Amino acid sequence: MTTFFLVALFGLVAVLFAVLVVAARQPMRAALALVAHMISLAAIYAVLDVHVVALFQVLVYVGAVMVFMVYTIMLLDDRDPSYTHPYTHPVAAALVALAVGVALLWTMGSPTAGGVNAPAPVEGLFGFHGFALGFMKQYVWHFELATVLLLVGIVAAWAAVREALGERA
Amino acid sequence: MNPDVYDLLIGLAVLLFAIGLAGVALRRNALVMVMCLELMINAVVLSFVAGAWRTQTLGGAAMSFFIFVAVTCEVALAMALLVLLSRRRGSLDLGNAPELKG
Repeated sequence: MTTFFLVALFGLVAVLFAVLVVAARQPMRAALALVAHMISLAAIYAVLDVHVVALFQVLVYVGAVMVFMVYTIMLLDDRDPSYTHPYTHPVAAALVALAVGVALLWTMGSPTAGGVNAPAPVEGLFGFHGFALGFMKQYVWHFELATVLLLVGIVAAWAAVREALGERA
Repeated sequence: MNPDVYDLLIGLAVLLFAIGLAGVALRRNALVMVMCLELMINAVVLSFVAGAWRTQTLGGAAMSFFIFVAVTCEVALAMALLVLLSRRRGSLDLGNAPELKG
């Protein structure tokens, strides 16, 4: 019952900040709302005892991804017309979101409850020791592929910066 | 294990995904659209973690790790492209970038 209450509480906070991300006119306010949203999700993961993902969420998302975004916002011109007229097609957006939400609930939310066959919690599975051992046993080649993806990302960002320098010259 | 928590998590993931999608369709600023995409990705991660927590298997948590790696790449590249777009056109308003249509 405590788990349900805490997940509901942090979920409500996450939804409120997600709405703020969409509604805020200034990108910096949207970015700060996104940070609060991600911390709320990390709190949900911590409540569920999935500590590894909670730590990734804070370190990778809040610590790295959002720093990228905040630096980018600081590089941009705040007289951008999309700041003064931030929205377009509100009715269409609401209809699309509603349709997709209903479709997802239809497919994902149907009779998953019951928990008759739900296994008992495995002690330490999502702790750092258990996750590291299981991950390196089962996903070592996937991990290597992920490092290749990171390398491709670095090369692509470098190519974009090179193009910008070429334009300036 | 309380099964109601799993239903709550899945409902929350669907709601967050729909809010993110509405943001992508609603906003004009490309940077805020990327943030709304992050909302959608976070919803997907939440559903993976919910599945891993319910079945007590490692797959969902491992998938979350790989999603974080992909997101880091995506954001690094997207931010570089947005700064380029802003310098070239003077604005991040995608309504004024007709060459991006299609």
